[in-house]
Amino acid sequence: MLSSKKSVKYGVYLTAVIVFFALVLLPPILGIIIKWNTMQQVLNQPELMSRALSAIENSFTVALLVSALDIITGVPMAWLITRGKSKWLNVLDTLSDIPFIVPTAALGYSLLLFWSKPGGVSSLFGTSLVSPGWLLVILLHFAFSYPVVVRVMVGALLDYKREYEQASRTLGAPPFTASRTVTFPILKPSLIASFILAFSRSISETGATMMVASLLENGNYVPLFENGATFIQTNLGPNKEITGAVVFASFILMILSCSIFIIIRLLGPRLKMPIRKVWPITERKLSYSKAASSRNAISLLVFFLLVLIPSLFVALPAIQAVFGNTLAESLGGGGIWGEYWQSLLLSYCLGTVVTLLNIVIGLPMAIIIARRKFGKTTSGIFDILVNIPLIVTSAALGASLKIFWESFAIVPEIWLLIFAHLCITYPYLVRSMSAAVERISEDLEEASRTLGAKPLGVFRTIILPLTKYSILSGAIMVFTRSVSETGATLAVTNLRTAPVVIVDWVRQKVQATPLEIGLGCGFLILFSFIILLALRLIVRGKGRY
Amino acid sequence: MPDVRIINVTKKFGKIVAVDNVSLHTYDKEYFSLLGPSGCGKTTLLRLVAGLIQPDEGEIYIGDRLVNDVPPEDRDIGFVFQTFALFPHMNAWNNVTYSPKVKGFDMKKAETIGNEVLEMVKLHKRLDAFPNELSGGMMQRIAVARALAAGAKLLLLDEPLGQLDAKVRNELRYEIRKMAKDLELTAIHVTHDQSEAMAISDRIAVMKKGKILQVGTPQELYMNPKSIFVAHFIGESNFLEGYISSVSNEGVAIELRSGIKVQATNKNIKKGEKVVLAIRPEAFIIEKGVKKGKNSVLGVIERVTFEGTNIRYEVRLENQDLVVVVKPSLIGEWFNISEKVTLTFPPEKAHVFTYPEVGLREETSVE
Repeated sequence: MLSSKKSVKYGVYLTAVIVFFALVLLPPILGIIIKWNTMQQVLNQPELMSRALSAIENSFTVALLVSALDIITGVPMAWLITRGKSKWLNVLDTLSDIPFIVPTAALGYSLLLFWSKPGGVSSLFGTSLVSPGWLLVILLHFAFSYPVVVRVMVGALLDYKREYEQASRTLGAPPFTASRTVTFPILKPSLIASFILAFSRSISETGATMMVASLLENGNYVPLFENGATFIQTNLGPNKEITGAVVFASFILMILSCSIFIIIRLLGPRLKMPIRKVWPITERKLSYSKAASSRNAISLLVFFLLVLIPSLFVALPAIQAVFGNTLAESLGGGGIWGEYWQSLLLSYCLGTVVTLLNIVIGLPMAIIIARRKFGKTTSGIFDILVNIPLIVTSAALGASLKIFWESFAIVPEIWLLIFAHLCITYPYLVRSMSAAVERISEDLEEASRTLGAKPLGVFRTIILPLTKYSILSGAIMVFTRSVSETGATLAVTNLRTAPVVIVDWVRQKVQATPLEIGLGCGFLILFSFIILLALRLIVRGKGRY
Repeated sequence: MPDVRIINVTKKFGKIVAVDNVSLHTYDKEYFSLLGPSGCGKTTLLRLVAGLIQPDEGEIYIGDRLVNDVPPEDRDIGFVFQTFALFPHMNAWNNVTYSPKVKGFDMKKAETIGNEVLEMVKLHKRLDAFPNELSGGMMQRIAVARALAAGAKLLLLDEPLGQLDAKVRNELRYEIRKMAKDLELTAIHVTHDQSEAMAISDRIAVMKKGKILQVGTPQELYMNPKSIFVAHFIGESNFLEGYISSVSNEGVAIELRSGIKVQATNKNIKKGEKVVLAIRPEAFIIEKGVKKGKNSVLGVIERVTFEGTNIRYEVRLENQDLVVVVKPSLIGEWFNISEKVTLTFPPEKAHVFTYPEVGLREETSVE
């Protein structure tokens, strides 16, 4: 695609494949294998092993539960957004994106304030409504993974050919039956994709989980609930050395995540949805007025009460801070703010570098997958492999990456950080781009070639203009994901990005007042809003991103 | 019985009036076509009847029942889509038995219906095939079978042959009509292909810009078009501009450009009015050389096209108007380019219309 010369073309593709294996896929896997022998430490300590296994079990229980809840509550919301008739649905569509782009560290603190701290919803009941622990972890994971399901399903429903559903209606099926027997079985791949995305977000989240899973007692954090990610974090050595416990937990998490992913990929297409039996009377009742209004009301209630308001609750102390001295102090850069601004600068510079690197190395891979450049089977295998960083706990991935690079080369800390973020964010750009390229008919490329365009010309004049919105949206996903990443950052480096600083403030490793934490989160959210707004403006009228 | 009455129905999409105060009555067991160019509102009208969209104004009756607020599943219709809309996750059998199942029929009855309709479309040997394993023609046959299995007496077909190649299209259109007639269904068939509509319809409604211009049998529309557009859209017409020079009991005399005088039998036009004369290409008698007579016009052959069944001549008249003449290729003599000829047409075969305010080009536009 990039040049007429086969050697140049395949040289570019081969380089992309080598870079993918060398920087993205192999380091996290080989890192674990290198430290294989340290696992003996855990095997000799039954208590530690049992704790690790229990944490991993918690990871999967929470991820499965949350993903299932996401599907149950997110799909009706996506339906409401795409099929409702109110003019306010556009606003609802935008609102449903907000928690998606709020950095999880800010989101974690916001939820903590809303559910647990005095001044939140708890103040209505005179006591902490939801104490830090497993329930708050579930609420947190639900809040940040719910928008992923809504976003994927809104896109799927917009792309869906409504004629199938209309055909079903003209054949006598009421709306509920039509959607159950026709629409959702056809959209099964999107349902599976959204489940996997929600699942992987839950499995890999670290920073915010640490905030809501432990309780501050006498200046120390007592973990009340531990999952795989927080276990890895707490078992890193004082100087972030990789211990046997970290290797053990990372290994089990990786194996299980990949197994679940492969099982879903293999069995998903064969999964039969229950469409053979129809209950005409009951389904007719479920189709109209009362049932539909109740479903919409519950969807909205869940969204506002469990997702949106808790996610934005941190705005309250941030606003208080704006009207007090805290804003001036923060802008002055004194005290804790010096480090905060530095960390924010580091986060955004890192996000930019990682995004640019991703575009350079991810684009050829996206084309390889979409256009099956190395044959159907090989490209299909790449299609599966690029997802692996997505489904591996970022803390495990970071830990493994650190082992790998420290074993093979002296890599400056900043590069280690870039590699870790590159590894975690790579699937977002490749997935988004390959889907976009796949949507472009090859006829257009061929038409361009017959009109005299060279392969590079075809890429520049056809592929690039038609996929620029997907590149942009993929780039923004990469950027926001990098900016909010905590687990891998903590595992690979002592460099402090903004979410790491926020986590330390919340955990009182650095003394910060609630107003300061609120304002710190507020800045992060503000920048996220600006990114969302820019995204909306740039892709305005394009329907989906 | 499912006759369909559409009374003063209007449907707007934003500022666009897709269906503009339309009234129409299709009779029970009639095969009725809605014909018109793309964007004329014919599909919108069909979807209004199906209940897939709701009218802004007016009433729609299926039989004696006002169905404005009745959802599609309760209208007792069968609908065939241009894109087939076969459920891709179901095989042919499950597609065809979908309607009996969702309507709560017992399995035995659903199977009987499924077998009957698959037999009818001659695809009972492909019941395990998924849509992506079938050809276009087969897919549309299954789509028709699925609509028939709904057991409805009203069959709505939205350009059902639009995506098929010419040979299959020609075969399938007669099959669909035969099935509709055998099962005594009322069918409303949307198409932009006038030859398709002419071939299969009992009656046709010609639509343009959201309005119905004329309703009639294929013969009525062809022989007696009530407007320039219908004369243009149904079959082919030559249009000649002129003025009414006199009106008598026999008809009207028209002066074409360059003073050529011809006659037609229309009577409801005033003297001095600017008119358009529409003459079918096959209505001309073409003869070699210069012949004098009533309604004879001289011309020179400018182009000859052999079309198989017919030969098509483009003739430049002495007043510089260009007309098309079509003659059967196996009957009569052939003419050559540059040959001088005389064209004659019977007065009763010429239709006279008042010259349109928007101009002839705009009036005949199908855009």
